[in-house]
Amino acid sequence: MLVTRGLPHDRLRPGELAFWALPLLAFFAFPDHLVLGSQILVTALFAVSLDVLLGYAGIVSLGHAAFFGVGAYTAGLLSVHGYREPFGGLVAAALVAGALGFAVSLLVVRGDDLSRLMVTLGIGLTLQEVANRAAPVTGGVDGLDGIVMNKLFGVFDFGMDGRTAYLYSLGVLLVIFMLLRRVVASPFGLALRGLREGSARIPALSISVRRLQIAVFTLAAAIAGVAGALLAQTTAFVGIDVLGFPRSAELLIMVVLGGAGRLYGAVVGTVVYMVAQDALSGVSHVYWQFWVGALLVLLVLFARGGLLGGLDALLLRVRRAP
Amino acid sequence: MLSHFLGVVFDGVAYGSLLFLVSVGLSITMGLMNFVNLAHGAFAMLGGYVCVLAMSRCGLPFLLALPLAFVAAAVVGVVLERLVYRRLYRASPLEQVLFTIGLTFMAIGAATYFFGPSQQPVQLPSFLQGQIRFLGIDFGRYRLFLVALVLVLRTTLGFLFGRTRFGAQVRAAVDNQDVARGVGINVDRVFTLTFGLGSGLAGLGGGLGIDMLGLDPVFPLQYLVFFLLVVAVGGAGTIKGPLAAALVLGVCDGAGKYYVPELGAFVIYLSMVALLVLFPGGLFGKRA
Amino acid sequence: MRHSTTVSESMFLRLVLAVFGLCAAIACNSPKKTEAAPAPSAAPASPTGPVKIGVLASFSGPFADYGKNIEAGMRTYLKLHGDTYGGRKVELVVRDTTGPAPDVAKRLAQELLTRDKVDFLAGFGFTPNAMAVAPLATEAKKPMIVMNAASSVVTTKSPYIARFSFTLPQVTAPLAGWAAKNGIKKVYSLVADYAPGIDAETTFKKAFTAAGGQVIDAVRVPLKNPDYAPFLQRVKDSKPEAVFIFLPAGEPGIAFMKAFNERGLAKAGIKLIGTGDLTDDSVLMAMGDSTLGVITTHHYSAAHDSPENKEFVKAFGEVSGGRRPNFMAVGGYDGMAAIAETLNTLHGAVDGDAAMRVLENLKLTSPRGPISIDPATRDIVQTVYLRHVEKVGNELFNVESERFENVKDPGK
Repeated sequence: MLVTRGLPHDRLRPGELAFWALPLLAFFAFPDHLVLGSQILVTALFAVSLDVLLGYAGIVSLGHAAFFGVGAYTAGLLSVHGYREPFGGLVAAALVAGALGFAVSLLVVRGDDLSRLMVTLGIGLTLQEVANRAAPVTGGVDGLDGIVMNKLFGVFDFGMDGRTAYLYSLGVLLVIFMLLRRVVASPFGLALRGLREGSARIPALSISVRRLQIAVFTLAAAIAGVAGALLAQTTAFVGIDVLGFPRSAELLIMVVLGGAGRLYGAVVGTVVYMVAQDALSGVSHVYWQFWVGALLVLLVLFARGGLLGGLDALLLRVRRAP
Repeated sequence: MLSHFLGVVFDGVAYGSLLFLVSVGLSITMGLMNFVNLAHGAFAMLGGYVCVLAMSRCGLPFLLALPLAFVAAAVVGVVLERLVYRRLYRASPLEQVLFTIGLTFMAIGAATYFFGPSQQPVQLPSFLQGQIRFLGIDFGRYRLFLVALVLVLRTTLGFLFGRTRFGAQVRAAVDNQDVARGVGINVDRVFTLTFGLGSGLAGLGGGLGIDMLGLDPVFPLQYLVFFLLVVAVGGAGTIKGPLAAALVLGVCDGAGKYYVPELGAFVIYLSMVALLVLFPGGLFGKRA
Repeated sequence: MRHSTTVSESMFLRLVLAVFGLCAAIACNSPKKTEAAPAPSAAPASPTGPVKIGVLASFSGPFADYGKNIEAGMRTYLKLHGDTYGGRKVELVVRDTTGPAPDVAKRLAQELLTRDKVDFLAGFGFTPNAMAVAPLATEAKKPMIVMNAASSVVTTKSPYIARFSFTLPQVTAPLAGWAAKNGIKKVYSLVADYAPGIDAETTFKKAFTAAGGQVIDAVRVPLKNPDYAPFLQRVKDSKPEAVFIFLPAGEPGIAFMKAFNERGLAKAGIKLIGTGDLTDDSVLMAMGDSTLGVITTHHYSAAHDSPENKEFVKAFGEVSGGRRPNFMAVGGYDGMAAIAETLNTLHGAVDGDAAMRVLENLKLTSPRGPISIDPATRDIVQTVYLRHVEKVGNELFNVESERFENVKDPGK
């Protein structure tokens, strides 16, 4: 399932079907952990959006949380001011985050890797300051509360047990994932991979590198915005750290942990990271950080493809054995 | 009014000098090895903690503890460079970013484990405390000391890189690594020594900065932005670039907080974005 | 290429939709798990199992001391008075919010309520965290005991909140009055930029101006701020007679005092007045002699002269490994006392609404002095003290000189 072999096609491999059955099973198997579950799903969507940018187009962004945060505040503010339709909130968030992504991409396409890194970082930090200064509107450090959502489809209440939230998040993740799966298999997606390889041949194929970068950045931003909106809607709260650098950095780790450039890697990485974090949360936060750091170092030195990459290598070896 | 303004500028210059001291190593590393070292702040933090330890355990006075901070950070830098950094020179920026973030996390965890999460107190020697009044303006003694020290270091570095053989080798390697190798320069050794120097300077900056910037385990991440900022805006690979950028940013930040405190940290981030957009390669960057 | 055994994407999505519909139908029809918990009046929780108290505070990062002090305060009470009340044993379920992180606090609270099934929520070192959790307390009908968060508005966010700490307006108003009566006419205000800070600034301005003084300017510094120098320079250049401070207790105070001295504000004749968060007992020694003479108002000092406090300080030292208690510790202690009283009065049958009735009419003799809860606001009513930092023996303490009794929260 993991190795991309042959031409891309729209049929799901059996491994993928099995993969998507898991969150559904989890819904029934872990009814007390649905709050954590829906947060994992939301973060997985966020991670997938970064993977498109990072794993497919090769653009390293340290400020992706900016779009996540913008989406969260959009959905949150809409609700606080009376518009409580969940799906409408998602669409609005996608539009706003996408627009911001478009604007930022114009800055990002200039300059080299380092200045791109700095610009993305700077945008994230600036937006966080904006949210802070605009405290009367955004709630600042105290956070935006008072978010109430209408019932989903007019029937399902967003209750404290997290059931509706879980299925809602899963549904949105699934739909967008399938969409992205289609996109990365398309000519556009293949061109993106060319970007990542740093190929000088892309312009020779009369594809504008700039246009590609702008397009992928905007897309990734819009999806991150949807993820942010999901968070705001399912937790009924927006804290100022949705925009922060630690969130962007953590996301980067999750994507790379699972294996960048595979979409599924982003999901796997997120699940593993967040479950481990929750399971070890009894242990001091400090030690967690240390071991994550060590894991990262080891990953880079020895396992550059992340978990799925490692799995692939293993499978290859198994298959080759006579 | 003018005296206030001059006071603000002086404060900004002091703050900027400190930033420069820590960031100059990062600039050289990035320019020389094309390596994004986000763990640079961790070296500064290391220097800071060594300084604190030297003062509290060994009873050394502050001024003697500082060179120790430099040496400790430099040694660790050299060791790490030889063992691990070297393997990643050809790796992608993403991998370098991840690796160095990982190192930073480990450093933060270790610091919290050994020293606890709170701020480390530092007792400055009494002749460095308080203010001096000159021409109607109060100048902080410690800040004067800082500015003077950085001036001396800047001159030394300038001499080192401009007039010594080693400096010529470094500049050659920055300009074109392959040709430098071809001319017989031991580029690997140059890398190691420069990395050590840069880390040592960061450690020194960390020790000096305890009073102004504070020292706690989250220091590397907290100030990383500013170091990167200074290098990106100033241009990697030079000395005067980060110096100019650090001073400009220090003054802007101080002036912003003094005259328009409502804007807060905005000023510094917006200036950075603006400067980067206008000068994508940095103010004095090596070929944009 | 194998296609016969797998489905296309569109088919897959349609399948998923069907499955979802099924799930939703099942979920709709099965009884909601939480219905057992939030209707305690219908089915009271088992009166024999342990009473679980979910404690939410920060135990890591720069504000790690907050949680440690609150928890130690709670455990000091349990040490001195045992751990069984109303016939049931008390269990603390402790979670780390890592600092002012309202979304973390909210998620942890949700888990405490649904997973751990706690009977009380307690702790809350920061206002944003308390505000985020409030709606959950309302939905689950569980009492929420606030042991530190100090912004006025907190108790209005849920009818299940009772506060045992203090509010900024409560300790600021007496200070403003005192300053005006004691020859300070021009003050510059410097506060941290979040709800409690804004509360303090607003109250000080109102009270001070009403008493005939003038607040010449006010500045709000970012909550996570390393560098006070430029702000203090601005204060110094405006030449006020005093500067009024509110900063979150602990680290920020240390950094501030350092900058205050470095800038020479004391030498320039500018007095320092502020809320007791600045001279927080747990960091007072670390701040050193530069704090001598600083005037603050607060509701608790470790030097308070009463038998209850002496016993508290001693026991706290034993529980915490030699530390001195501060106002957060006493918040934890009194909050725990309140829970204990409630359990005793209700004979262990923890019902949210009944518990609130008991809490609303509570009066206690705390190590800080006499305290009671105002039934109209569920907020604390207590004595506020004016203190100077002095050396007692070899240590620095906030020595109380004046007292303002039965101060309600003027912010409501």
